[in-house]
Parts: sequence; C-alpha cells; structure tokens
Amino acid sequence: MIISRKRFLQVTGVSLLVAAGEKLMGAFSGVVPSEAPAPALTARRWAMVVDLPKCYRKEGCIKCIEACHAAHNVPKFIDHALEVKWIWKDSFENVFPSQENHYLAATFKDKPALAFCNHCDNPPCVRVCPTQATWKREDGIVMMDWHRCIGCRYCMAACPYGSRSFNWTNPRSNIAKLDPDFPTRTKGVVEKCTFCEERLGKGKLPACVEACPEKAMAFGDLDDSHSQVRELLGSRYSIRRKPELGTQPEIFYLV
Amino acid sequence: MFMFEKALVGGRRYWIWILCLLAVIGLGFLAYLRQLSYGLAITGMSRDVTWGIYIAQFTFMVGVAASAVMVVLPYYLHNYKAFGKVTILGEFLAISAVTMCMLFIFVDMGQPTRVFNVLLYPTPSSLMFWDMISLAGYLLLNAVIALVTLSAERKEIAPPTWIKPVILLSIPWAVSIHTVTAFLYSGLPGRSFWLSAILAPRFLASAFAAGPALLILLCMLIRKLTRYDVGREAIQKLALIVTYAMITNVFLLLTEVFTTFYSRLPEHMAHFQYLFVGLNGHAALVPWMWTSAILALASLALLIVPGTRNSHRILPLTCGIVFLSLWIDKGLALIVGGFIPSPLGAVTEYAPTLPEISITLAIWAIGFLMVTVFYKITLSVREGFAS
Repeated sequence: MIISRKRFLQVTGVSLLVAAGEKLMGAFSGVVPSEAPAPALTARRWAMVVDLPKCYRKEGCIKCIEACHAAHNVPKFIDHALEVKWIWKDSFENVFPSQENHYLAATFKDKPALAFCNHCDNPPCVRVCPTQATWKREDGIVMMDWHRCIGCRYCMAACPYGSRSFNWTNPRSNIAKLDPDFPTRTKGVVEKCTFCEERLGKGKLPACVEACPEKAMAFGDLDDSHSQVRELLGSRYSIRRKPELGTQPEIFYLV
Repeated sequence: MFMFEKALVGGRRYWIWILCLLAVIGLGFLAYLRQLSYGLAITGMSRDVTWGIYIAQFTFMVGVAASAVMVVLPYYLHNYKAFGKVTILGEFLAISAVTMCMLFIFVDMGQPTRVFNVLLYPTPSSLMFWDMISLAGYLLLNAVIALVTLSAERKEIAPPTWIKPVILLSIPWAVSIHTVTAFLYSGLPGRSFWLSAILAPRFLASAFAAGPALLILLCMLIRKLTRYDVGREAIQKLALIVTYAMITNVFLLLTEVFTTFYSRLPEHMAHFQYLFVGLNGHAALVPWMWTSAILALASLALLIVPGTRNSHRILPLTCGIVFLSLWIDKGLALIVGGFIPSPLGAVTEYAPTLPEISITLAIWAIGFLMVTVFYKITLSVREGFAS
C-alpha cells in the first residue's frame, strides 16, 4: 500500500487528536490512577556500604544474590565460562588483593566477600566503550544500554574488578523465572549491576539491600553528610577494592 | 574492476590454489553462520578470558600491515632503488593484512549488525575509535598508493606528483596503527600484563621482524613460481631489517622481564609465571611459550651470523622461525596471557575451539587470496612491461 504524504498527515493527525481527547476526558472525569507512584529516590552521588561482619553472620546466605538475579532476569549457566552474574561472592583475598596479608584475622580469612560493580567515580569501562553504550549518570550510577552495545567486550578487559558479564549465548532459555517487569538481554551484549536504577525510579531501594536479612548493606547519598552511608563511613573503618588504581569505587566495605 | 581481469588468467596450479583457498573460506563461513546464530559461546572464550585468538590474530596482523613501512620508507624517502621491485608487494601485503584485521575484529563482535554504532556515536575517549580511524585510513592510503603507482607503471608513465605526499603520510601512519593498537591494551589499569609503556615499542619491533620475514618468504616463493625476482640485494636488505628488529624485540622483551621480576610485583609476575611455568597447576601455554622463546634465540643466531643470513637456502627457514616465534608470542600468548589470572585471581585457561579455528583459518585464506590476486595483477603488469 502506498500512502501519500497528505494522507499520512491526515491519518496521524486524527489519531493524535483522538488520543489527546481520551486523555482530556480522563482528566475531566476525575479518574486517577489507583496507585500513585512513590516519588523516585534521588541522590547527588549514590554509594553502598557493605558491613562485612554482619554479612558473615549467616553462613552461606545468598539472599541478596537471589533477589538481584531474579529481579533482573539474570540467566543461570552451569558452565563457568558462560556465567552471567551481577552480584556474587568470592574469597576475601580475591576480592581485596590489595589487602594481601598472610596473617589476616580469622574473621575475614577464607570468608566470602560480596562483589559487584563498584560504580566507580572514574570508571575505566566508560572510558574505553567505543559506542557510549556504558556511561556514568549524574548521580554516579554506571549504566548500560543493551541496545547500543556492540559486544566488543573492551569494557570487560578494562574493568579491574571483573564486574562485567557477557552473554555468550542466548540468555533467555536459561532464566528460571521470567520477571516481565524487567527486560531480558540478547546474546552478544555485556551486562552488569545497575544499582537497581529501575527500582530507585519507583522509590525502592536496590533489591539486594532490601533482601538482606542482616541489613548488612546500606545505600544512600554520599554527598549528604546525614545519610546512613556517610554516618557509617564516619564512624567505622572502611576499605575499598583496589583503591590504588584511582578508579574511586563507590562501594565501601566495613571491616 | 581495476586491472582485475589479469587475475582471471592463470594456469592449472593457480586455479587449484585459488579453489583450495575458497574451500577454506567456505568452511569458515559456515562456522561463522553457526557462531552468528548460537553466539560466541561456540568459541573457547569465557567470562574470564574475554578475548581469544580473534583479537590476538588481529593484533599480530596489524603488525604485518604496519611493516610495509620497512620497504616504503627506504624506497620513497631515501630513494633506495634496490627496493623498487619489492615495495609494491609490501604495500599489497599491507592492504591484505589490514583487511584481515578488520575481519578479525568483526568476527569477534557479539552484535556484528550494530558495528556502525561506532560511527553513529563516535567516542574519542575510546582507543577502539582511534584504532578504527587509523586502520581505515591506512587501508585507504595503501590502496590509493598501490593502485596509482601500479597503473602509472602499466601506462609506462611517471606516477602523478600528488602521490608523493600521500606516500610520505603513509609512513608515520603505519607507525600509528600499531601504536594505537598497543594503546588498546597498555592503558588498562587492571591488566598488569599489558600495563607497560614499552608495549607499543615492543609491538613495533616484533612487527618489523615478522612482517619483513613474511615478505622475504613471499618474494622467494614468487621467484620460485614465476620469473619475477625482486633481486638479491633487496632480500638481503630485508633480512638485515629482520635481524635488527628481532634483536630489538628480544631486548625489549627482556627489559620487561627484568622490571617484572626484579621488582617482584606479584600481579605483574603472575602472568609471566602462567605463560612460562604455569600457575596453580594450569600450564596449557607453557610448551608454546618455550617453543617461541627457543625459536626466537635460534633465529637470532641464524640472523646475526652473516654466513647463515646470506645463504638463500637457510634464510627461508630462518624467516619461518622468526614468523612462527612471533606468531606464538603475539598472535596467541600476549592477548590470552593478559587475562590469566583474572582480576580476581582466577586461572581460567583458554583454547580455541574447532569452529573458532575454522573461522580464523578462513580469514587467513581471505588474506592469502588477496595477496595472490594482487601479486598476480602486479606481476602481469610488470612481466608485460618486461616483454
């Protein structure tokens, strides 16, 4: 079917009028959405504080990991090579190689520490991405555009924390329970933790923070001196992963 | 197409060679179709080793492409007449090698249909953006230079004067492609194996050894198959270039080894340990690395001693050894070794799979096909010229 320009404008014009009219009618008839959305959580600089001793209380607990991976349709692959993970546990020594200490207190030695994207202030992954498919938001969240990513994996080579995963094959068939509220990814793109920006927009805290039974994770604004994260950082000793690289990770660990 | 008809005339041996190459390309193409539908899980790469033989081969071929400068510079800048017959062969080798580089990048992409996003969202902070510009520019420069000079030769006229500045531009441009390629790796804070200012000079040194070594082999092969002889002086001069470049390459590698092991920085040592003695019981690349090291030393002996360097019976062997040694070092270990161990200390080994090897071979076959066709055209023009 061939549509002339005039006819196209007529049809689209009428459609727009109808759509606008419907909205107008809705406004006059006093219909309000049944559930008013909660105001979005905003910050000048988002950051997270993980209280390691608290995290260690429940041995083998993976509630945060399960919550995150369920909320974001993260596929599960048995094959280690194909693994996709946004948040995971690795040994303290592997997560904090800069803290190398043969006589580390038993409280930490051989204990698994949580690892995820550090949402660096100075992210090497953003610097190297050739298409700006990964970028840093004003509030510090390092984001991903899964529709722009060309799958070159340069960001994975650049990330000093191994925080990025690649979809080596179609992930959709390996998602245990599909959450229709979050997009699935296609094969051939990189993904990682996004600080649950979709939840923040709905006024909710990140899924991992909410799921932790020990309340071992705090999330808040680093620029607000009265925020919980700032209070924790001001009162307890904290460490970060590979601080010597100058990436300025925004995930802090209390020890 | 431009003088292409000359590539369509050939004897039985020529066509069998072309058909063999096409068969390898066809097989690789089928493997690529599988990779396209199944994803890169078809390769040996993993979450820890995210770049494998594709990117390693890309890196190696950038070197081969850049090495054309080793014939272009003496011939055009210093008017070194002995390279008169070999320069165009070097340029065509560069064109083929750059094309291979682009193909290796392309087959490594997870979403190849989105390749033009690199142009749609140009990002100067990314070295990959600059690599694309330098490679595309180098391809264009060499294509223009080779075609203009060759067609002038066919018409028995002097090439137009405007080509001279283009040729001069191609000299620093050749250095730039391999420098930018080294910068892809050497600026990453978490990858200590590559985090070295000496990486770019090392890349250039190994390129100027491997590329001319390949060129010598090709020239000797042509001399055997056809009447075309680039001349003994040209080959000896190339051999001398290989000698100096190989010495420089080994020297630079040893300085890297010294800094790494005298400083005893564990993160920097781990990669060398994995490659040369194995790490945590994983040692897949150890035999390869020692082969490369021993071949490098053997080639140095054969190159430095004038008797063996000047013997045209031994020289092809020496060039083969140089090429193989550097291919292992740069076309395999340098990239894979940077990922082992991972930033979290995990030792995940890598070995290319059959489809991956098949795709890699197909790209090599495309390169050989291009070289064959280009050399065929060149030789037809020049032989016709002679008769």
